[in-house]
Amino acid sequence: MQLSRTALLEAYRKMRTIRTFEDKVHDLFETGELPGFVHLYAGEEASAVGVCAHLDDEDRIISTHRGHGHCIAKGCDVEGMMLELFGRRDGVCGGKGGSMHIADLSKGMMGANAIVGGGPPLACGAALAAKTLKTGKVAVTFTGDGGSNQGTTFESLNLASVWKLPLIFVFENNGYAESTGSGWSVAGGDIVRRAPAFNMPGVQVDGFDFFAVHEAAGEAVERARRGEGPTLLEIKFGRFYGHHEGDAQTYRAKGEVAKLKAEKDPLAGFRKRVTSAALLTAADLDAIDAEIETLIEGSVALARKSPMPDPKVDLLTDVYIRY
Amino acid sequence: MARILTYREALREALRQVLEEDPTVIVMGEDIAGGLGAPGELDAWGGDMGVTKGLFGQFGPERILDTPISESAYIGAAVGAATCGLRPIAELMFVDFMGVCFDQLLNQGAKFRYMFGGKAKTPVVIRTQYGAGYRTAAQHSQSLYPLFAHVPGLKVVIPSTAYDAKGLLISSVRDDDPVVFFEHKVLYDEARDHVPEAPYAIPFGEANFVREGEDVTIVAIGRMVHVAKRAADKLAQEKIEVELIDPRTISPLDEDSILESVEKTGRLVVVDEAHPRCGMAADIAALVADKAFKSLKAPVKCVTAPHTPVPFSPVLEDAFIPSDMAVAAAARTVMA
Repeated sequence: MQLSRTALLEAYRKMRTIRTFEDKVHDLFETGELPGFVHLYAGEEASAVGVCAHLDDEDRIISTHRGHGHCIAKGCDVEGMMLELFGRRDGVCGGKGGSMHIADLSKGMMGANAIVGGGPPLACGAALAAKTLKTGKVAVTFTGDGGSNQGTTFESLNLASVWKLPLIFVFENNGYAESTGSGWSVAGGDIVRRAPAFNMPGVQVDGFDFFAVHEAAGEAVERARRGEGPTLLEIKFGRFYGHHEGDAQTYRAKGEVAKLKAEKDPLAGFRKRVTSAALLTAADLDAIDAEIETLIEGSVALARKSPMPDPKVDLLTDVYIRY
Repeated sequence: MARILTYREALREALRQVLEEDPTVIVMGEDIAGGLGAPGELDAWGGDMGVTKGLFGQFGPERILDTPISESAYIGAAVGAATCGLRPIAELMFVDFMGVCFDQLLNQGAKFRYMFGGKAKTPVVIRTQYGAGYRTAAQHSQSLYPLFAHVPGLKVVIPSTAYDAKGLLISSVRDDDPVVFFEHKVLYDEARDHVPEAPYAIPFGEANFVREGEDVTIVAIGRMVHVAKRAADKLAQEKIEVELIDPRTISPLDEDSILESVEKTGRLVVVDEAHPRCGMAADIAALVADKAFKSLKAPVKCVTAPHTPVPFSPVLEDAFIPSDMAVAAAARTVMA
């Protein structure tokens, strides 16, 4: 699939935004400025961006605890996300969700989800709504290799196939469910091998390669839009940080992360590909890098001076009843 | 002429009317039509208890969806679809089965509105049957509504009559929050009363004064309303006038009606088929102790099932279910 200059620039901008956002969050967490649990998506950018490039605001996605990348790829406001991580009143969820629950339904982003395997049933519902209302829209559920082993996921694969839903199951296999290797936890070795059992196509994709993800996702989305039912994609790659911030990652091989960063960085790979094919120039990409650096720094500055929620007011709103 | 329907017929009429009035309403569940993929007839069951019988023929497979036996997937799908423009009604055959799918309500549907900063609506109804009396034993007879009332973000509805079943189900479907709607399996046939044909909605959080009286307040839930009614008839013969309150929804709970009644009578018996610890009986007793203590002329009595699983043997199950005798005895105790 040939991508326009605009599409390439947008893809790189999204991937760079995710990377810079996550690197910044890593730093902020280390200094103790950010509370709670955060799970970073750096190294995995090609998946979220390659898939979401085919979606508009009416298409729905459901994410995981590692959700920042999906939020950005789906068009969530980056400043609003940063404010949310700081627990501020004007965060995308009013400071009530936090990193693991960022959602923006107006962008078709139905939420990061802190229950592993929590998303696939909900995504069946989003796809069912699209099918029932005949909108021509699709749903995508992002799940990790850990979530691939949850009963909810198996049930959803079956239901989506039985109901022939316009749904794409994206399994982001980064090799680890928390500290447990997917080589051990995923019976059968490859998640993609489960697709035929549910009578749906399955494609395994190099998740460091934006173009490979983009192509495979494009076919799956088109198939769903044609009413031909669900597809399973297994995106294989690795994460640049730990399971969560604060994870010492002693379960990983010595030098593994450094090697990933040096040899498999999806942004570097993208840059090399588009500049060597003369699709974009290094200057085009450098300009985006600078623009995003400013955006992220600005969002942190804004978050720091933004008001906190008011416990007297905001604690008890958005729930239907008070006792 | 009063138009008498059973609880089952009233529920079916409510379902038909909400399906007719709103094209975004869909119904899903296991065997709610029945017979899919089987060589015999379609709509063979119309649900385990026959509540949805006939809807498949009228509304078709796009709105009346049979599901595989996968409660997590379809309860979750109902919750997810509710955030995307539909008003799904999912039938969970027995509330006991919530054990295999609770996450989709507990951590997902119940949380969206608050967790997403007030920007999500989740208009989903989970219809489910509960209760003992059918000799269905430990895994098909529980009264688990206190689990749901504990969770902020869920509304919990427990109709005791055919009239309430229809009006509360219509309200549930029109509501923008997740509702868990509890139907007692014994009431499908036993509860039969006047049900107007035109659609009507009963607001949540408004208790029904089943009977007015000056001497003792009895608050009873679900099928226990009928048990308490029989007790009240007996007590009337002894010149003890009972004020019987059916909360109808336990979340939200009509605290004011309960408190006002206790302030008048000074005595309270709470009757609940759920277990004694952390249940609605304990909750309502605590409410009254907190907010109407000075009105009390006697300690509050709770009549509940015991802290055991529901037994199978008919003699044991009959002993498990709170009886009208036990309710009357409790009322006499607080009157003494």
